Amino acid sequence: MKLITAIIKPFKLDDVRETLSEIGVQGITATEVKGFGRQKGHTELYRGAEYVVDFLPKVKLEIAVSADMVDQVTEAIAKAAKTGKIGDGKIFVSDLEQAIRIRTGETGSDAL
Amino acid sequence: MDAVKELSYALDTFYFLMSGALVMWMAAGFAMLEAGMVRAKNTAEILIKNISLFAIACIMYLLMGYSIMYGESASGYIPSFGFLIGDDHALKDVLAGGDDAPYYSLMADFFFQVVFVATAMSIVSGAVAERMKLWVFLAFAVVMTGIIYPVQGFWKWGGGFLDQLGFQDFAGSGVVHMCGAAAALAGVLLLGARKGKYGADGSVNAIPGCNMPLATLGTFILWLGWFGFNGGSELKLSDVGEANAVAAVFVNTNMAAAGGVIAAMIAARLLFGRTDLTMALNGALAGLVAITAEPLYPSPLMATAIGAVGGIIVVFSIVSLDKIKIDDPVGAISVHGVVGMWGLLAVTFSNPDATLVAQLIGLVTIFVWTFVASLIVWGILKAVIGIRVSEEEEFNGVDVSECGLEAYPEFTGGK
Repeated sequence: MKLITAIIKPFKLDDVRETLSEIGVQGITATEVKGFGRQKGHTELYRGAEYVVDFLPKVKLEIAVSADMVDQVTEAIAKAAKTGKIGDGKIFVSDLEQAIRIRTGETGSDAL
Repeated sequence: MDAVKELSYALDTFYFLMSGALVMWMAAGFAMLEAGMVRAKNTAEILIKNISLFAIACIMYLLMGYSIMYGESASGYIPSFGFLIGDDHALKDVLAGGDDAPYYSLMADFFFQVVFVATAMSIVSGAVAERMKLWVFLAFAVVMTGIIYPVQGFWKWGGGFLDQLGFQDFAGSGVVHMCGAAAALAGVLLLGARKGKYGADGSVNAIPGCNMPLATLGTFILWLGWFGFNGGSELKLSDVGEANAVAAVFVNTNMAAAGGVIAAMIAARLLFGRTDLTMALNGALAGLVAITAEPLYPSPLMATAIGAVGGIIVVFSIVSLDKIKIDDPVGAISVHGVVGMWGLLAVTFSNPDATLVAQLIGLVTIFVWTFVASLIVWGILKAVIGIRVSEEEEFNGVDVSECGLEAYPEFTGGK
């Protein structure tokens, strides 16, 4: 099993969710996060004084999938979340040791 | 004929009371403006300050303020000292006619005046926001509304020496607004800037307010209340001449605010390269303060221009005060003090009875009296109990340390 963590632009969330539903992803966890990468931040102005907003708002998606689905899911996310402009985000893939469905007690890929 | 006199007495009293109610509503405007311009962690404290200072102003003005300001006095300099309000006017005095006959209720006069004191005190709360101890502020409010404000009010509106000198201040650019700002300035100088406002190298940091919709609502409420503030200050409505005068005051008040908004927006756009909402809000108030000293004589176009100059002044004043480390979170000293001075001087453009000398004497007298008296009171409070919360309390927000609650509670136990 793999855990896919994707950082995307907030307004792309619906597009990504729809695409992933179409290819059979059963569940997504989304979190509003702030961070910076190459896009860096920007400056704002309040009563004549400038201040820097270092961390920009993004959405973090966590998706647990069976190993054979990883490429399909990451490609789908990359396609749906892409605008071609700086700040589109990143996708990380890591190993997932165990998964347990709390209601039934199922484990492993049965729990996904 | 007696019936007409009684009717006009009733009409003028009614107009006075409704104007006073509009001015009372300005307390809500100040509360919302200040709540929007401070950070979320200091919101509940600024709100309790606003409602408690209003209550203190009412009680102190009833106990002694009103009789100091409007009592019989032998000299134009030293007011008489008295308590409470006298009996209301008798029917036979009203019907007697003539210049001395009362034409509205004494109680209505008290009500109208008491909400002005509260306005002056509201100005102070915004300037010292986010770092002053609540009860110390309230202790100052007792002295300000009981003595400091009434004494200078007596000098002008109570018939004291400034009035005899020909000093003109229709609804209080000086007596109310600059007076409040002078008290605020004295407090801010002894209090110091908020932590984090200035960098180690002296750079000015922005501390954005937490809620711009509330600040905007507060400004609109103040704008509305100002029709009572200036309109009511005509003191009479019940004949054609007075009715026309009241209408002119309403129009000019409104036009000055409009001029202030546009001028402040343009000034901010040229100065900063962006159109700052908070400056537009301050511009509206600056326009209103600027026209308050003389909303009757100017033409509507001239009123717009007087307000517009106020709007430009306020932008430069806020930036300049920031640079010399006078930290005023809501811009009260600029809006009410600096623009209040402009308003007093602008009287000379349209009022044939005004002289520049009398305006300057009035301006300096009110400013020096209020500033020095306030500095002494703040100074005593600072020496005896301290006026500022601890650094840690300021960091955590005065909502928790002074009020024990938060304006916007989160993570307070689920369910």
